[in-house]
Amino acid sequence: MADFTSGFWNAYVMVLVALSLIYCIFVLISNNKVDRSHELNQLHGHVWDENLCEYNNPLPRWWMYLFWLTVIFAIVYMVLYPGFGNNKGIYGWSASSGENSQYQQEMRKANEKYAPIFDKYAKMDLKAVAADPEARAMGQRLFLTYCAQCHGGDARGAKGFPNLTDNDWLYGGAPEAIKTTILGGRQGMMPPFGPALGGDGTKDVANYVRSLSGLAHDSLRAQRGKELFAQNCAACHGPEGTGNQGIGAPNLTDKTWLYGSAEATIIETVTKGRSNRMPSFESFLGDAKVHLLAAYVYGLSAKTAEK
Amino acid sequence: MQSQATYNYKVVRQFAIMTVVWGIVGMLVGVIAAAQLVWPELNVAEWLHFGRLRPLHTNAVIFAFGGCALFATSYYVVQRTNHTTLFAPWLASFTFWGWQLIIVLAAITLPLGFTSGKEYAELEWPIDILIAIVWVSYAIVFFGTVAKRNTSHIYVANWFYGAFILTVALLHIVNSAEVPVTLTKSYSAYAGVQDAMVQWWYGHNAVGFFLTAGFLGMMYYFVPKQAERPVYSYRLSVVHFWALIFTYMWAGPHHLHYTALPDWTQSVGMMFSLILMAPSWGGMINGIMTLSGAWHKLRTDPILKFLITSLSFYGMSTFEGPMMSVKTVNALSHYTDWTIGHVHSGALGWVAMVSIGSIYYLIPRMYGKTEMYSTKLITTHFWIATIGVVLYIASMWISGVMQGLMWRATNPDGTLTYSFVESVKASYPFWTIRFIGGVLFLSGMLLMFYNVLKTIAGEKAYNAPVLAPQAAHA
Repeated sequence: MADFTSGFWNAYVMVLVALSLIYCIFVLISNNKVDRSHELNQLHGHVWDENLCEYNNPLPRWWMYLFWLTVIFAIVYMVLYPGFGNNKGIYGWSASSGENSQYQQEMRKANEKYAPIFDKYAKMDLKAVAADPEARAMGQRLFLTYCAQCHGGDARGAKGFPNLTDNDWLYGGAPEAIKTTILGGRQGMMPPFGPALGGDGTKDVANYVRSLSGLAHDSLRAQRGKELFAQNCAACHGPEGTGNQGIGAPNLTDKTWLYGSAEATIIETVTKGRSNRMPSFESFLGDAKVHLLAAYVYGLSAKTAEK
Repeated sequence: MQSQATYNYKVVRQFAIMTVVWGIVGMLVGVIAAAQLVWPELNVAEWLHFGRLRPLHTNAVIFAFGGCALFATSYYVVQRTNHTTLFAPWLASFTFWGWQLIIVLAAITLPLGFTSGKEYAELEWPIDILIAIVWVSYAIVFFGTVAKRNTSHIYVANWFYGAFILTVALLHIVNSAEVPVTLTKSYSAYAGVQDAMVQWWYGHNAVGFFLTAGFLGMMYYFVPKQAERPVYSYRLSVVHFWALIFTYMWAGPHHLHYTALPDWTQSVGMMFSLILMAPSWGGMINGIMTLSGAWHKLRTDPILKFLITSLSFYGMSTFEGPMMSVKTVNALSHYTDWTIGHVHSGALGWVAMVSIGSIYYLIPRMYGKTEMYSTKLITTHFWIATIGVVLYIASMWISGVMQGLMWRATNPDGTLTYSFVESVKASYPFWTIRFIGGVLFLSGMLLMFYNVLKTIAGEKAYNAPVLAPQAAHA
């Protein structure tokens, strides 16, 4: 894409850049006088504020040469590289636009070098990849670069970011399901029920939800909440509250809580709903790297399950 | 031959004392921010969080400390070198109270989280308008004073102060163009990469004019005055002045290397940043060479020590800057602590030290004396400050280069050798050293505060009589 909206701006920039360089050269040439008739340290003639005065020494030669050097470098650079309006320069260099840009070249080089290493595992079954120590090490390196920001270096997550080591899955823990999650990302959405249930209603439902996993609760409220749950929540979380991995609705009967199990937290969740997003990595990392990542993540909880 | 009128020292005195006060405040906030990086648990409340204290620190040291130093010295220099009193003294007084109000508003709104999100231009639109009004008043006072001068030639320090005042007005007004939404929120008038470019055109010229041209004006008065020597070369001052103020305008794009900014803009930014090296060094040469024939004074005069050391740091950072603008170097240095180190070799080594030296010269003269209460304390201040700067810069160099190398290191399979957090962990020792450097520099300012209090305690404010200009000698 052209950098300028019209030829005028192209010319405008060229004129400005040229004038600027000419200006620097002019400043240098016009002051290139070595007045040999005078000795060094001649006073310039004016005095300010009692004793402020100036010598009129010539410019230090080494300083002028330094100035010249940088100006000449700039001109040569502009001939070789883009810088003079739309002119691409002899090297035709670009940081990122076009097939031969520095970015594309580096990407090509990296792909040539590294793609075979990843492709070796891409065709293997995920469970076999997870059992391969070499592949697991590579998967972990990828995980630490791309996943650790949210899920933590140890993959145990944080509030709102699922723990990947506990063998409890929102969207399914089969190797292929994990890969689908990483490739396409996930959009978790629980709608707000505050307006529909009212203050008392949400509290009743929260107590019922806590009763499902055996947490302390007000049994009277839980009793009332059971009916509300059946009307409002069962559609997604199931009549028993065991969740639905097809739509990422959490199981409410286990000990795993994405946002917390305190009564106040559950009330907040029910009242305001929750919205969460895992980004898609397909176009960013490509299938081969995601394959390794999925195997690594699967291996994390498969290990836990064995214990 | 003296006239009856006296120079307006009141506003100079006010700004000079506030320079020391805001210096302590701004550097204290910097030390707290540095401590928060070493001990993250110090982020105790949202309005004391690093993300809010950092802009408060930068605004306080640049505009409160540096700004007051520039106001104080420029009002002093413009009167004394033009042999006349300040034009519109009531307006000068307004610039003092207006500037203090702006600083206080910044100190309230930034921790509360009101920000336009532009670096060094974070203040929201009502404060931006106030800044513009105060700044235009400053220009009227300054140029009004130059206009009613009693000398045929305008002394070089005034060119630099003048260029600084004019350009900062232009930079501030263009970059702060924004659309207000509420009293405390606005959005930039520019979008996308244009917004980024305007911001860094502003940002780098804030360095070039606020932090360089203005302080060169200071240098051109206080170095020859304190050394009692003529300026080394009038011709050099002409050449480097015009080259400097012209070339700086182009350098902004080097803040946006390898971004969405077009290739040509990045190249031009890099070219002119390199060209900027010689014009910058012109000021250093002129300052340091002014001392030739009087080098022995460095041994005994700590004020000269401050001034000459500041020029050395100035020369060092104006060499480092052009090097960092080279794309290949920038690819390593960008986003790392190296940049922070570079900024502080300019901000602490050059800006703060030249200001400190100049304020030590000014304060006693504001009370009819020529010496500070204790010269020994100035010497102590000098050494503490120098060690502080060196610790700061050296630790940031090491952690900066280390971060740059860690971020680009790859395994044989092309994956990154280090996750980001590992580079954070590896930086802790250097952040601790930086914190110690900062504490030292701040301690020096506290010594200065004590010395200033002792100097002015019990003294009567003094206004020197306006001197008649001396006839030029051939």
